Amino acid sequence: MGKKDSIPVLEVEKLTVSYETELGVYQAVRDISFSIKSHESFGLVGESGSGKSTVALAIVRYLASNGRVTGGNVRFHGTDIYSLPMNKLRSFWGSKIGMVYQNPQAALNPTITIGRQLAEMGKTHLGMSDREARQKACEILGMVAMPDPESVIERYPYQLSGGMLQRCVIAMALITRPELLIMDEPTTGLDVTTQAVILDLIADLKKKFDSAILYITHNLAVVANICNRIGVLYAGNLMEQGTTQQVVSGSKHPYTFKLLDCVPRFEHGRKKQLLSVIPGSIPRLDEIPRGCVFAPRCSLAERTCRAVRPPLIEIEQNHYTSCRLWERVHELEAEKPEAIADGALEDIPFLKVTGVKKYYPARVKGGGIFGRRKKYIKSVDGVTLWVNKGRTLGIVGESGSGKTTLARVISGLAGATSGNIELDGEQLGKTVQERKQEQLRNIQMVFQNPETSLNPYHTIAETVGRPIMLMGKSNKKEIQDRVIRLLNAVKLSSHYYNRLPGELSGGEKQRVAIARAFASTPGLVILDEPLSSLDVSVQGSLLNLLIELQLQSATSYIFISHDLAVVQHISDWVVVMYLGHIVEWGDAVKVLKPPFHPYTEALLSAIPVIDNKGVRMRIRLEGSVPSAVDIPPGCRFNTRCPRKQGNICETEEPPWQEGEGGHWIRCHIPMDKLNKLQQPIADKI
Amino acid sequence: MNGSSDEKSKNEEIQNLQNQPGKLTIYWKRLKRQPFAIGGGVIFLFFLLMAIIGPLVVPYNYQAQDIANRLKPPSPAHFYGTDQYGRDVFSRIIVGSRGIFLLGGSGTLLAVVIGATLGLLSGYYGGLSDEVLMRLFDVLLSIPPILLALVLLVTIGPSKPGLILVVALLYLPIEARVMRSMVLSLKTKEFVEAARIRGEKKLYIWFREILPNTLGSMLVEGSMRFSYAIFLVASLGFLGLGVQPPSPDWGLQINEARGWFSIAPWLLIFPAGTISLLIIAANLMTDGLRHVFYPIGGEI
Amino acid sequence: MLRFTLRRLGFVLLTFLIASLLIFSLTEILPGDVATMVLGRFATPSALQNLRAKLGLDRPVYIQYISWLTNFIIGKWGDSISTQAEVFGLVMHRLKNSGMLALVGCLIYIPTGIFLGIVAAFRKNKWLDQTISMTSLAFIGLPEFVTGVILIAIFAIKLRIFPASSAIDPDARFIEILPQLVLPGITIALTNLAYVIRMTRSSTVEVLQTEYVRSAYLKGLRPGYVLRKHVLRNALLPTVTIIAISIAYLIGGLIITESLFSYPGVGRLLLFAISHRDLPLIQATSMLIVLIFSVSNFFADIIYAYLDPRIRYK
Repeated sequence: MGKKDSIPVLEVEKLTVSYETELGVYQAVRDISFSIKSHESFGLVGESGSGKSTVALAIVRYLASNGRVTGGNVRFHGTDIYSLPMNKLRSFWGSKIGMVYQNPQAALNPTITIGRQLAEMGKTHLGMSDREARQKACEILGMVAMPDPESVIERYPYQLSGGMLQRCVIAMALITRPELLIMDEPTTGLDVTTQAVILDLIADLKKKFDSAILYITHNLAVVANICNRIGVLYAGNLMEQGTTQQVVSGSKHPYTFKLLDCVPRFEHGRKKQLLSVIPGSIPRLDEIPRGCVFAPRCSLAERTCRAVRPPLIEIEQNHYTSCRLWERVHELEAEKPEAIADGALEDIPFLKVTGVKKYYPARVKGGGIFGRRKKYIKSVDGVTLWVNKGRTLGIVGESGSGKTTLARVISGLAGATSGNIELDGEQLGKTVQERKQEQLRNIQMVFQNPETSLNPYHTIAETVGRPIMLMGKSNKKEIQDRVIRLLNAVKLSSHYYNRLPGELSGGEKQRVAIARAFASTPGLVILDEPLSSLDVSVQGSLLNLLIELQLQSATSYIFISHDLAVVQHISDWVVVMYLGHIVEWGDAVKVLKPPFHPYTEALLSAIPVIDNKGVRMRIRLEGSVPSAVDIPPGCRFNTRCPRKQGNICETEEPPWQEGEGGHWIRCHIPMDKLNKLQQPIADKI
Repeated sequence: MNGSSDEKSKNEEIQNLQNQPGKLTIYWKRLKRQPFAIGGGVIFLFFLLMAIIGPLVVPYNYQAQDIANRLKPPSPAHFYGTDQYGRDVFSRIIVGSRGIFLLGGSGTLLAVVIGATLGLLSGYYGGLSDEVLMRLFDVLLSIPPILLALVLLVTIGPSKPGLILVVALLYLPIEARVMRSMVLSLKTKEFVEAARIRGEKKLYIWFREILPNTLGSMLVEGSMRFSYAIFLVASLGFLGLGVQPPSPDWGLQINEARGWFSIAPWLLIFPAGTISLLIIAANLMTDGLRHVFYPIGGEI
Repeated sequence: MLRFTLRRLGFVLLTFLIASLLIFSLTEILPGDVATMVLGRFATPSALQNLRAKLGLDRPVYIQYISWLTNFIIGKWGDSISTQAEVFGLVMHRLKNSGMLALVGCLIYIPTGIFLGIVAAFRKNKWLDQTISMTSLAFIGLPEFVTGVILIAIFAIKLRIFPASSAIDPDARFIEILPQLVLPGITIALTNLAYVIRMTRSSTVEVLQTEYVRSAYLKGLRPGYVLRKHVLRNALLPTVTIIAISIAYLIGGLIITESLFSYPGVGRLLLFAISHRDLPLIQATSMLIVLIFSVSNFFADIIYAYLDPRIRYK
């Protein structure tokens, strides 16, 4: 017993993995070492290009065909995985090493029922008969809190929601009670509320099973809540390793330190503040710096840092860092940017949206040929809001809340079914075709996905210059100057002028998209999840950029996001949407403080927070957003509401209640009662 | 003054940047790793050249009969020998290639142009006309192509314009479908939406935003379709429904040569070999193009 | 599933209707009308008039079409103009022959194609795959009259193993004529073989790269089991459609191959009809070919849906 505990379940020693690609051979991870004991959960955190998934695949010896381990080794209970014969290795897979993947929909075979896929484990590894394996499958589904396992095992993967499928995949990995469980971004594709439920499940399972867990993610807050120890990967190198406490509260590596610092926190103040940022971008595989991989983005870096790659050194018990200057990391604290003056703006309404609805005709299942009733997807179902000049309105909600449809209606990409939109006191046409050129110029949009935001065949100059040309400027030089000024404004050098989007990183593309949006000097820019496909270390600087641009140009923003912290950071006013309705709105600070609408409360409590002091609010939403075709009667949120009052919620639409200082909630529960219920828990955040 | 020198350096910078490696360099790099595709392309271009200048440089008139020298095996005088009328097989093959390229090529081109236009409009506007057009194409595609070709040819009669029309009609639905599916995905792309938001006209959106993104696929598709067109034209020639004698159609030559095989195998071997070579070259080239434009996966 | 079946059935009917309309209108505008064709160019106008009335050619076009279509459906396909024989019997007899030839072709290319495609996918980018892929790529789209001619040259004329002509005794049994079916069978199989190999290979490669196959391996399942239960089933789904499409090429191939080998099938009958401008025969054979083709497509769709639950439950 004692011996078993002393040998780690997994030891990774000086692991180096290379990929052979079209353009040459690149090392995806270099000299990575860590180990995990049983009962322990180790979090491997890294942004894109850090090589975290490569590490996972190298551990199970299942690299892509162009990948090779070119150095170091991986030991499982002291046995070298890479010296094992194939059949021996196969007896480890599934039975001793379990895997949970990022995309459960893709990880399950679409043409085989869930039950059969689960039963395969019991039959292969536990020598079970068909019946026993099936029974075991039901049993394990019960353990992952799957409602109605008996019926779930008869279903096919496409018949279940993402959260449900992830439960199945977790269940599948746990059937054999593996000694090592590798989880590769298990909650990344899920909505915040579903993510919270799955994270709770994992925390709960940790107590029931004694597996060692390797948890891989890009989200520091998630590992901080789940893991005992953390390793931080950057561009294929391990930067820091230690207990969660050591890394999160006493980081001794500039990268980790800045990464923790550059995410917006919930502040209860009012001042607009720039975030601390990590300049530059993550190096591509073909341009990994010679010295410390982080040196080009590090403000402490010295000449030696750029010349020699620093080794991982132990600075206190179990706490390793690969920074030569770890003793100076605390100096970074001083780099915090100050609050910036928030220009005294009069609150003049610029955009007014009144009673806007957007319905799409729905194809109804099983309607039959006769007596088919026409049904509609009510994406946006009566929304009224306004945006003041030079201010930001944040819109939050899960997927399916209608926030993106609302943005499309305002921009004219989709014509509203009914309702009225006014810009600067002027009535707007429903669609782009019905709007005047001047009105079109005045509303611009920045999209979520930078990869498809720019035409791959247009140079940056053409992309940014085109809106200027449309404004009637035909002088070539004038346009050129303005393009370069715009590029500079989004902090891109004029080197980018003639490049094609394919040569730019995601963050750079998004900057170009922002430059394009600002090229026509619009009065309103709609930002639809502009940061969510970017890495954390890049998000901060873009958020700062947006704030600076707004201060310079007094442009109004509509900022759509599922990330409440980001929304509250940038917004003056916030709107919370659920199923096509606004359920709460008001001043940004007020909305995210009690009393909240129960849905806002649930969203807030679902977000994993890094510096977790004491008890967290634990409001969990079961299930997913109902279909926008069959909207529940009464309060739309009643089917999932943790604070449901009873019959009234199912029958009567709740009234708007006004709170202090510009704050409205649509709920049957009186404001002061909500406040009393929520205040005690919220204080503990 | 300071500003102007600054401006100057900026402009120079821009000039320098014009020479950056672009898409073409990447394509060229990929192409270099496809020896078979390059080989195919070279052979294909050689055939094309032959089709254009061949008839001017052939050693004999393709119609010149020379009964004294009939059914002669290949020799320095007649590279590919002579046929039952003493005509030079080599010259006939060269001249015949012009017909193949002309019929197959212009038929394919017509199919690509009309098909792409229909696909673009249909995909961009959607709605009922799109639905009707696509169902109609589905139906057309569910008739075996050679049968459709035969029935059409019977109706309009075997003539060169007729053949071109048949090739175009046969391949038009496929081109339209390929184009339409690309347009359907492209028109919801954010860069197209950004163009709509800033009030671009439809023509700009079609020609500057959408079409450049479809060129690669259409090139691959068209090149594949062309090799099918060669197949079709030659097959129709073989069945006697293509170009009429005395035109030196390859399919026709093979059909006529069958009867002479035991005494003059070269009559059959050379045209059959040539047509195989051209089709294989076209296939290899198409496959290479596919790898160049879609490096991952990208099989038929 | 029922809704799906009905929808597909509706599509088959629609295809058949439009194709019939197409065939009818194309053949009706044939240069020279049927009456002139039958009686010759020097027939008296009154004789022509009488024959037109007899054939119903004086009625409005749409009535002609409807009666023509009804007659086709109930099997009254009229008499051949050139042979005077009843078309239905003639075509059905030839259909049997074509069926036998097609069967031999399918038996050659479907199993071989699937097998080689899978082998190539599993040896992706190894020399075996390169060989199979390059050869099949080269052979795709080689006309049957070229491959057929080469086969005849080698096996019939040089080696004298198989007969060059497959002009068979009309009442012969399948086994008796099998040797004569080998060369034409291989000929129609070759082009389709290349096609099936490439499609099977690409769908198998695609499935092998999916996460669910990776997760199946990482579940510790035996490779043979993963191949059977996880890879093949999903990889062969598209192949079902591919085989249905290859039937189209097969029919095209039949027309050429039958003519090349003088084999008495539907394809050669169609060519005969075309060269003799035998209108009823052209119409009947082409309608039959369209019908067979649509029905085989229909069955492919149904099999596909049956194998893929995502479609089955839609």
